[in-house]
Amino acid sequence: MIRRKWPAAGIGVLLAALTAGLAFPSAAVAGEPTGQDAPQVDLVLDVSGSMRTRDIDGQSRMAAAKQAFNEVLDATPEEVELGIRTLGADYPGDDRKEGCKDTAQLYPVGPLDRTEAKTAVATLSPTGWTPIGPALLEAAGDFKDGNGSKRIVLISDGEDTCAPLDPCEVAREIAARGIGLTIDTLGLVPNAKLSRQLSCIAEATGGTYTSVEHQDELTERVNELVDRAAEPVVTPVATEGAASCAKAPTLESGLYTDREEFGQQRWYRVDVLPGQELRASVSVAADRAVNPDHGVLLRAVTVRDREIVRGEAAGTGRTDVLSTGLRYPKPERDDEDDEPAAETVCLAVTHSFSPGAGVKTTPGLPLELTIDVVEGPGGSSDVASFGLGRGWWLLGTLVLAGFLAGLVWGWLSRWRFAVWRTS
Amino acid sequence: MRITRLLSAALLAFGLSATAVAPAAADSTPSPGASSEDGAGPTRAGTSFRTATEFEQGQTATARASVGDYLYWSFPAGTGQRPTVEASVKLPETHAAETWRIDVYDGLRRRQACQYGAQTRTAAADAASVELKCVLRTVRAWAEPWANDPLPGTYYVRLTAVNLTAADLGRSVDVEVRAVSKEMGGAAAVDGSLSEPLVPGVALRNAAEDRDGDGDGDKKDSPSAVLADLEPEDGWTSGWWSSRWVWTAVGGALAALAGVAGYRLTRGTGRPSRVPPGA
Repeated sequence: MIRRKWPAAGIGVLLAALTAGLAFPSAAVAGEPTGQDAPQVDLVLDVSGSMRTRDIDGQSRMAAAKQAFNEVLDATPEEVELGIRTLGADYPGDDRKEGCKDTAQLYPVGPLDRTEAKTAVATLSPTGWTPIGPALLEAAGDFKDGNGSKRIVLISDGEDTCAPLDPCEVAREIAARGIGLTIDTLGLVPNAKLSRQLSCIAEATGGTYTSVEHQDELTERVNELVDRAAEPVVTPVATEGAASCAKAPTLESGLYTDREEFGQQRWYRVDVLPGQELRASVSVAADRAVNPDHGVLLRAVTVRDREIVRGEAAGTGRTDVLSTGLRYPKPERDDEDDEPAAETVCLAVTHSFSPGAGVKTTPGLPLELTIDVVEGPGGSSDVASFGLGRGWWLLGTLVLAGFLAGLVWGWLSRWRFAVWRTS
Repeated sequence: MRITRLLSAALLAFGLSATAVAPAAADSTPSPGASSEDGAGPTRAGTSFRTATEFEQGQTATARASVGDYLYWSFPAGTGQRPTVEASVKLPETHAAETWRIDVYDGLRRRQACQYGAQTRTAAADAASVELKCVLRTVRAWAEPWANDPLPGTYYVRLTAVNLTAADLGRSVDVEVRAVSKEMGGAAAVDGSLSEPLVPGVALRNAAEDRDGDGDGDKKDSPSAVLADLEPEDGWTSGWWSSRWVWTAVGGALAALAGVAGYRLTRGTGRPSRVPPGA
């Protein structure tokens, strides 16, 4: 045991040193201009009349939000481009049509000037309606193009007052534009209806919903969301699968997104050389209310429609995604007389989500596809392949074989001795 | 003769000590350093496979989250390990009954079965916390492409409330997730291995490393973020050491002893009786 632990510990230390060495440059690189653009965050604050209510630590919701914003602005990391948008800040009247257009950019998304942003926040006073849907639509337009992460943080104390435009559907449509936008929502002293609406908005884009009852919770949460935006993440590439393999796009190793409607098939093609292994995983996200039983099927088929391998997953109940994957190692070719030709493998994705009652079926469900083409399984390094065995049966067999061999050898030697002596 | 006796005594001694070691090696304790280190892990959780927060085995990942969030972490597991994932959720002071669940997925996002442990548990109304546990199958070095066996690579943990009331949505909870492994030793050895562990995005990372290796310094293309980065502290494979060496060596030694015994049985001692003295 002890003999074994020392080398293991040594290797552990070595590995730790190595990983530390490897991790350091990547951490250092994160802040520098790399292939990824600056992360952008748009804080969308509800400034409707109800924000006057004094129920957050004895102060009004508006005062709590302002204080939280000041603290967040102080703590925002350098590399994050932050903007602020308000809803219901300007129109105090009763005209619903006017009230539902009331959303304005308080501070544009860009490099942050803390003093300027704080001054802007200080001017706010609770006024009008709660046009969440229109505000989200506008907020989606606030972002600059780029592949950095984009995040809307919506803070509201009341549900949307601008039906029939459903903010959930707005959120889904924004997500379907493929700009990689996440909406996180925070409810100030929410009731069940607001909770449901805000969590619906968050789930439509893969964001989170938090209910807030104290000012420090609000600060902490918004800070965390801004920090999270600053973390580098892999941005997927948008692609569009076809209805059949023949028309499908050819993909290389990477991370892709697509949309797949209910009852649709999505096909993709991947070229695999002999001796390579294809690894594909797919996850289909339930970004709206779906019925409780669901499944996902990923098949790898040849161009002649023979199924090679499949991955399947089924689930029941509440879920955000359903995912599965497959591996296909293409064997090395024995005949090396001609050029190794790549085999086209068709990947077919189907899902059996079904929409809940009264839920719009377009745009399709978000689909994430990871493709990795790596070297195929090589020579074995595993001890089993050295012919090593284990267990009492192995010991018994070896002892028996040894004993029998000894018997025969002894008998042979006796016989040889006799023959040699007598001849 | 004396040499034989010495040799057999030595072999016997080695054999005995080795047999004593063999079962111990087969079910050894969790990997070194797993529980002895302070084990503070990341303090945040991801919200999707893509943004899962990585932690090492033996660390405790904590996060402050909301009821209804889908929380994702990932940890690396190598050959021969049997990971156990444990999660505990500190619930708010007042709440309705809610059901929590942990799911574990492999690097290909395939759901991995739990052998035992309470993967789903319902907290009664106002219960202070929920404890969840999932004991995975042993990670093998290789499996048929059609099999769903756990393979070395990244493992995703998803923690969420699967059954909750709208009133509890968004309430703050504190969660803790841990993963520790039991080394299964040679019992789990299979004849085969993968060229690369099941780490998502491994092909892209290799390509980026190759490019950097060329020294053309074109860093702009290399992705600054990766899907998974960590490796188990002992590496992906369990190394050359295995309890199988002991079993096989002891088997060989015992076979040699048995051979000597067999030889002496038929060969007899001294000269054959048929041979006349002085011949």
